[in-house]
Amino acid sequence: MSLLEVNGLTKAFGGVRAVSEVGFTVEAGEILALIGPNGAGKSTCFNMLNGQLRPDSGSIKLGGVSTIGLKPRRVWRMGVGRTFQITATFGSMTVRENVQMALLSHRGRLKNLWVRAREQYVAEADALLARVGMREQAERPCSVLAYGDLKRLELAVALANAPKLLLMDEPTAGMAPKERIELMALTADIVKSDSIGVLFTEHDMDVVFRHASRMIVLNRGQLIAGGVPAEVRANPEVQRIYLGSRH
Amino acid sequence: MSVDALLVQFLNGLAGASTLFLLAVGLSLIFGVTRIVNFAHGSFYMLGIYIAYSLTARIGGSVLGFWGSVVLAALAVGLLGVIVECLLLRRIYRAPELFQLLATFALVLIARDAALAIWGPEDLLGPRAPGLKGAVEILGRQFPQYDLALIFIGPAVLGALWWMLTRTRFGVLIRAATEDREMVGALGVNQAWLFTAVFGLGTLLAGLGGALQGPREPANLGLDLMGIGDAFVVVVVGGMGSIPGAFLAALIIAEIKALCIAIGTVHVFGFDFSFSKLTLVVEFLVMAVVLIWKPLGLLGKPSAASRNSSAVEAPLAPPDKAAKIFGYAVLVLLLLLPVVGQMFPYAVVLMIDILVAVLFAASLHFIMGPGGMHSFGHAAYFGLGAYGAGLLMKQFSMPMEAALGLGPLLAAAGALLFGWFCVRLSGVYLAMLTLAFAQIVWSIAFQWDEVTGGSNGIIGLWPAEWLNQKAAYYYLTLALTVGGVLFLWRVLLAPFGYALRAGRDSPLRADAIGINVFNYQWMAFVLAGTVCGVAGSLFAFSKGTIAPDVIHVGRSIDGLVMVLLGGVQTLAGPVVGAALFTWLQDAVAREFQYWRAALGVAILLLVMVFPLGVAGSVKRLLRRREVAA
Ligand SMILES: Nc1ncnc2c1ncn2[C@@H]1O[C@H](COP(=O)(O)OP(=O)(O)O)[C@@H](O)[C@H]1O
Ligand SMILES: [Mg+2]
Repeated sequence: MSLLEVNGLTKAFGGVRAVSEVGFTVEAGEILALIGPNGAGKSTCFNMLNGQLRPDSGSIKLGGVSTIGLKPRRVWRMGVGRTFQITATFGSMTVRENVQMALLSHRGRLKNLWVRAREQYVAEADALLARVGMREQAERPCSVLAYGDLKRLELAVALANAPKLLLMDEPTAGMAPKERIELMALTADIVKSDSIGVLFTEHDMDVVFRHASRMIVLNRGQLIAGGVPAEVRANPEVQRIYLGSRH
Repeated sequence: MSVDALLVQFLNGLAGASTLFLLAVGLSLIFGVTRIVNFAHGSFYMLGIYIAYSLTARIGGSVLGFWGSVVLAALAVGLLGVIVECLLLRRIYRAPELFQLLATFALVLIARDAALAIWGPEDLLGPRAPGLKGAVEILGRQFPQYDLALIFIGPAVLGALWWMLTRTRFGVLIRAATEDREMVGALGVNQAWLFTAVFGLGTLLAGLGGALQGPREPANLGLDLMGIGDAFVVVVVGGMGSIPGAFLAALIIAEIKALCIAIGTVHVFGFDFSFSKLTLVVEFLVMAVVLIWKPLGLLGKPSAASRNSSAVEAPLAPPDKAAKIFGYAVLVLLLLLPVVGQMFPYAVVLMIDILVAVLFAASLHFIMGPGGMHSFGHAAYFGLGAYGAGLLMKQFSMPMEAALGLGPLLAAAGALLFGWFCVRLSGVYLAMLTLAFAQIVWSIAFQWDEVTGGSNGIIGLWPAEWLNQKAAYYYLTLALTVGGVLFLWRVLLAPFGYALRAGRDSPLRADAIGINVFNYQWMAFVLAGTVCGVAGSLFAFSKGTIAPDVIHVGRSIDGLVMVLLGGVQTLAGPVVGAALFTWLQDAVAREFQYWRAALGVAILLLVMVFPLGVAGSVKRLLRRREVAA
């Protein structure tokens, strides 16, 4: 049984099919890259996978269990972590507090009215931050972070509930090339050590070819190719619609 | 109820719809383009009626003079709007929504005192329109000619606006700006000019609405708040920014009101139920139903996300040592007050008022700041607490201590019910729904004579024997206020408070890490309502009397001013703000007739110069010092 199994996933916005009959699997310990030009439907796929959008049809099975109709917060509790294309963090909190929130939620302690939130799970939060290279910035307000650091923070937050599957929507957008390689190298380490599965989108083909175990290509909502990077690179259609117009 | 009575009421409804439409359409227009919710819209309406009064008194004898006066009054109000836009609003288009509301509310205060200074406190009824003084007979009943004229004026204005919006370049720009703000920039239009023109047009329409109302209603100083209440309801029901929506909403509300009057008193299950009494609250009922059913109003479209994300807030920190020492020092002084203050007995009385206000403001801050829910009806829970205590004592003959302890439960129940609806909305819509619920509570207190004592309220609410001394009651108030405020702070620094802020900062991220934002906001609403209810119960026994004005919208606004005065981003903000506001109001109101205008000017200064509030500004100053040192 695959970690994630998607079949016939379809979503239309007012008649326009943003995602059409998409199917793929993600195995534990594997990094699957989802590539495609802007507007191909990648983010829409992510939004269906984590429960933000309800698919029009199709199935999503996580470890064999359907997640259709579940809210993002339920899907998260099933072990799916997510980072957003446009980072979503808590601007009025420090970097560490952002991670503490995920830890508190994971342990079901958010309803507590009495203890000091900022004193909870400090060591664990710092360990997660250290993992993504953000330990030194733990005390900084999240609102002053550079964009690349926000992306790293999101990764730390997504790791807080020890997920089985990570969904990363353009995790390196806005980063310098060197930073991109580093972040994905880090992700690859985590995949190996924790044996989790990762689905990510990325525009930088260097990053994709270096780190993805397999890749699938989406164009206008439809899957047009899939396989190991070398195979996909050789696919003429992919070259035409995507690699040719690569930026 | 006969057919002819029904028809006449239907016509009355149409005339009322015209009035409501003219009152509200400008507000919708202004919001659509500038995204400013202009609280002063009712004031422009009021000024329209006053100016028309003065003009018709001089030249209103002839047909031409009368209608000329109406037009001139509308133009004058529009010009005033242009001036206000250039001097004030221009500076705050990028400010957080709440500040815009407050700045325009300051205009309300200033306009009211200006009208007081110019026209005096008496009601002024303008002359009737020459040529339309009589009545026509419809199915054997008299119907005023002027109202008949109004029935046509409303749709005529709608038609003219529609023509302008669809056929002129100005109209195209307005629609473009309403639907897609970025587009206007792309069209290369001078946005500042467009905003000024639209604000001028919107206020002109309000002035026209007022001027036309002259022969039907006396000009008086209460028209501003009444006007803005009605205008908000119409705009929210119709959908913010939608002009046909405003007309539809005006029509529905006016006709339902007319229907209530036509039905009159009905005898059901042995009770006399008066539908005509419902007119006071029917529009708010309609609004509540519409917002629950269609959160964007009847013809509203989702607007692009608000550009004005509130100012970035520094992380909350528990009080440091210096702050704690300062807090203890204040507490010691407060404990000593009745001893030291024996020669000024009034100090204790004023201090009780201040403490009650502090608890009120702190509970509002809880949902408004960390919760991000800008309630414009927090007085509802204050009033429910006060009436809860009063009713338990008078209707259920409970001892005072029990009434004080259980009274806030009525506020809790109210918050549980209303909160469930309110937290589904956000921004202006949430603000308006909270206001609607507060108005409903107010009108129940005002009209349910047998239980609440109606407009007289409940009297004879005196504390128990051992609390009879002012000093004793002061200590009780102090204990409950300090306890309540510390409790709220504790909750804000606890995981619950963090989860609440998380839902405000990023609902998307909150949901993605397992937080059910709705539940946290709802529970926060209930917590805040309950604590506010405690303030209300304390208030009831400190005054001995409560009347519906404890729930009045003015009190809700006072709460907002207190919180913003102190600073919404700091824990100490509402405490400082409430103390300062209450003290100032007490000191200034006794000395200075135009204290409202003074308060308005103070709010404007606050918004434009100290957007962080007093406590916020002091905190930033201290931090700068620290950095410098
Ligand atoms: N909420 C939405 N409403 C309407 N259309 C949408 C919505 N979200 C995405 N789309 C459309 O669906 C298509 C796919 O968008 P998206 O999934 O964001 O693409 P990608 O992430 O691959 O760039 C685009 O044409 C986009 O305009
Ligand atoms: Mg995308």
